[in-house]
Amino acid sequence: MNESASVIRQAAAVAEKPQQNSMLRHARYVVSENPVTGFAFALFTLIALCALIGPYIVPHDPLASDTAATLRPPSFAHWFGTDALGRDIFSRVVVATRLDFLIALTSVVLVFAMGGLAGIAAGYFGGWTDRIVSRVADTIMAFPLFVLAMGIVAALGNTVTNIVIATAIINFPLYARVARAEANVRREAGFVLAARLSGNTEFRILLLHILPNIMPIMMVQISLTMGYAILNAAGLSFIGLGVRPPTPEWGIMVAEGAGNIISGEWWIALFPGAALMLAVFCFNLLGDGLRDLVDPQRRT
Amino acid sequence: MLKRITPTNGGKGLPLLDVKNLTVEFHTRRGVVRAVEHINLTIERGETVGIVGESGSGKSVTSYAVMRILDRAGRIANGSVTFSGLDLRTVSEADMREMRGREMSMIFQSPRLALNPIRKIGKQIEDVLLQHAQVDTDVVSEKAVEMLELVCIARPRERYHAYPFELSGGMCQRVVIALALACKPQLLIADEPTTGLDVTTQKAVMELVVELTRERGMSTILITHDLGLAATYCSRVVVMEKGRVVETANSELIFKKPAHAYTRKLMRATPRPGVSLRGLLPEGETAKTKTSAPARKKRSQMPLLVVDNLMKEYPRQGQGSSFAKLFSRTEPVPESELFRAVDGISFSIARGESVGLVGESGCGKSTTSMMVMRLIDKSAGSIVFDGEDIGEIPARQFATLPMRKRIQMVFQDPTDGLNPRFSAARAIADPLLRLGELPRSKVRRRCEDLARQVGLPVELLDRFPHQLSGGQKARVGIARAVALKPDLIILDEPTAALDVSVQAVVLNLLQDLKDSLGMSYLFVSHDLNVVRLLCDRVIVMRSGKIVEDGPTKRVLVKPQADYTRDLLAAIPHPPL
Repeated sequence: MNESASVIRQAAAVAEKPQQNSMLRHARYVVSENPVTGFAFALFTLIALCALIGPYIVPHDPLASDTAATLRPPSFAHWFGTDALGRDIFSRVVVATRLDFLIALTSVVLVFAMGGLAGIAAGYFGGWTDRIVSRVADTIMAFPLFVLAMGIVAALGNTVTNIVIATAIINFPLYARVARAEANVRREAGFVLAARLSGNTEFRILLLHILPNIMPIMMVQISLTMGYAILNAAGLSFIGLGVRPPTPEWGIMVAEGAGNIISGEWWIALFPGAALMLAVFCFNLLGDGLRDLVDPQRRT
Repeated sequence: MLKRITPTNGGKGLPLLDVKNLTVEFHTRRGVVRAVEHINLTIERGETVGIVGESGSGKSVTSYAVMRILDRAGRIANGSVTFSGLDLRTVSEADMREMRGREMSMIFQSPRLALNPIRKIGKQIEDVLLQHAQVDTDVVSEKAVEMLELVCIARPRERYHAYPFELSGGMCQRVVIALALACKPQLLIADEPTTGLDVTTQKAVMELVVELTRERGMSTILITHDLGLAATYCSRVVVMEKGRVVETANSELIFKKPAHAYTRKLMRATPRPGVSLRGLLPEGETAKTKTSAPARKKRSQMPLLVVDNLMKEYPRQGQGSSFAKLFSRTEPVPESELFRAVDGISFSIARGESVGLVGESGCGKSTTSMMVMRLIDKSAGSIVFDGEDIGEIPARQFATLPMRKRIQMVFQDPTDGLNPRFSAARAIADPLLRLGELPRSKVRRRCEDLARQVGLPVELLDRFPHQLSGGQKARVGIARAVALKPDLIILDEPTAALDVSVQAVVLNLLQDLKDSLGMSYLFVSHDLNVVRLLCDRVIVMRSGKIVEDGPTKRVLVKPQADYTRDLLAAIPHPPL
């Protein structure tokens, strides 16, 4: 137990080892080299800001309804217009960022811990570990993933925690497979043999020698699944699972506005939908930039 | 139809290839880097020229510039490349494409990478022929078989249907040569064509290239880091250093009267018969290393390592899928389905002795070293280390035993052997932290001592592997291996990935360390010339068995097994 704790502490130390100064310089280089990455990082900063301080800066209370001003089109007072209950859509879109972001982030952290570690173990040890992990991944992949997520949330109960768990489970195969393939390539590498000669236990080799080396590729995966997780959470809310009204959440807001499009009130569904799209777009673009950032070969 | 550029008949007096004042630049993150500067090079018709240099000397870049296959960051900044009277800098990309393969072609270093893995080799040769419209479609397969025959592939009609993975490395290289020669080019550029091949295969491939080019009156450029190889097979040798040509001479003269200091250094560093380990170092540097003779330790009676009837069997490939295994009880695999990588070998290593284990790829020498290293488990036999049968301890358990620190290893590829995410200091400290008894606070000091011992500048300790040169990485690997003061170090071709001059330094370093620390070495290599320098005794292996075991001098001068004789004969013999 003590052993594993110290291993994890060291793993963290290895991960953040590179000197902060050179890291910053490298980040600047990566961004300047590729404008798309720069754009993605800017967008990410905006989303992160909304998630952090959104609720304190919005002009209106996202939950306050105003029966005198229902279904107003975008104007100076209500930038994105108001919905059927007269709530300010701009405020709701901004405030919703935190919830959606949080759901995506926790589910990705969860799946990274579960799928990543299971995959590395499968690729490194092979044999029965590999068979079990791979068959579990195959079984999950055999279901239509969104339907599986619906099933899990319906069975476990309609809460935000269960959305996180469902999202993590449906992403498990992606992580397990990538980590497995990457670990498999490295298990016979010279440095792994050398680590064994140095007296490292298999557990240490897994965490300290192999995991840091597959981080670049995992970063891409993390970024891509972040977008997917946001979409998934919004999708579940859209069909009425998970987050419940009146909580501001992009999926619910799109669902609420969907009925109004036909009658001409397009803004109710459009703005939360656009926010959703931008967030997913941003995370998809971010992947490459993150890989460049974490890969030591690219740092000089 | 493409306009056909036929640069032939550019006048008999003109050289086939004339490179004048060539400068190639690469745009990188740190600004413009000149890989090649003011190169002058002439290749006459029917001539074989060797370009020799160490890594980074610009020899490959020169040939890429001639073929105009530099990658996007690179460009020819200055100078001219004239091929048969045609200025290649002015030729359009489409015409250039037509010329590559038809007028000039290239053989690359790794034959497996040069072949399409999912296409039959015969079809690949047809592709080249059809691409350049050399033959009609109805006779193209006949022609492909002919080409395979030409490069001495046995049973060409059957092999036509083979995929690259079904052929050995040497055969793949022959197929690559067939591809390169299919359209009867006038110029063949061979970029390290035999690196990674066994010596006997190297000899066969080089003789084939030389013979075919002579037969067809082609010109050949052989790019290599091996001065001996170039001098053996080329009529003229061009020596390059840091992007410049430092010397051009006939191959008879280059060993006898090297004019430039760099050529002399390169020549001295090339292991060859009649030269001692210390003789590899540049003049003036030999004095500072002490002679090894008086440092002989008194040997204790009991040998350090005794390997007896050691065996390793693997199931043959394709025997039952993992799916079938999942549902069937594990039954003993029948004898015939096992492949014996190591077939009952016995040898011993005395304390302070260095033993060479020599053989070609697939002979089981690596498997043997891995078993002695306790990284993989044996099938049968015993490995007695210092009186204890360590062969009985499962490999997984062995990692944490105190015995572990007494047997260490230096890996073949210094890059692969270092964790890309660990700094040099962290890599050297790893065994100290895990198996050493030093308190954590003293580890850094010990790392610095070790770095000094292996000649690694202490300020480089905080660098990551990709920031170090090949020689520096090799030193880190050696420092890590000696950190725990082991009794036995297995050296798995420790210099195979290094330039000759670096190899000379590293071999000398290994000798010095052995003398000062009193270790035993098991030196695994395919190169008898290198083994000779460091080892007291040589064991020659073939197909899992030991064919010869004896003192180095005797084995090299009076080999008893035919196979040892073949190995010795295959080493390039430059005209001396």
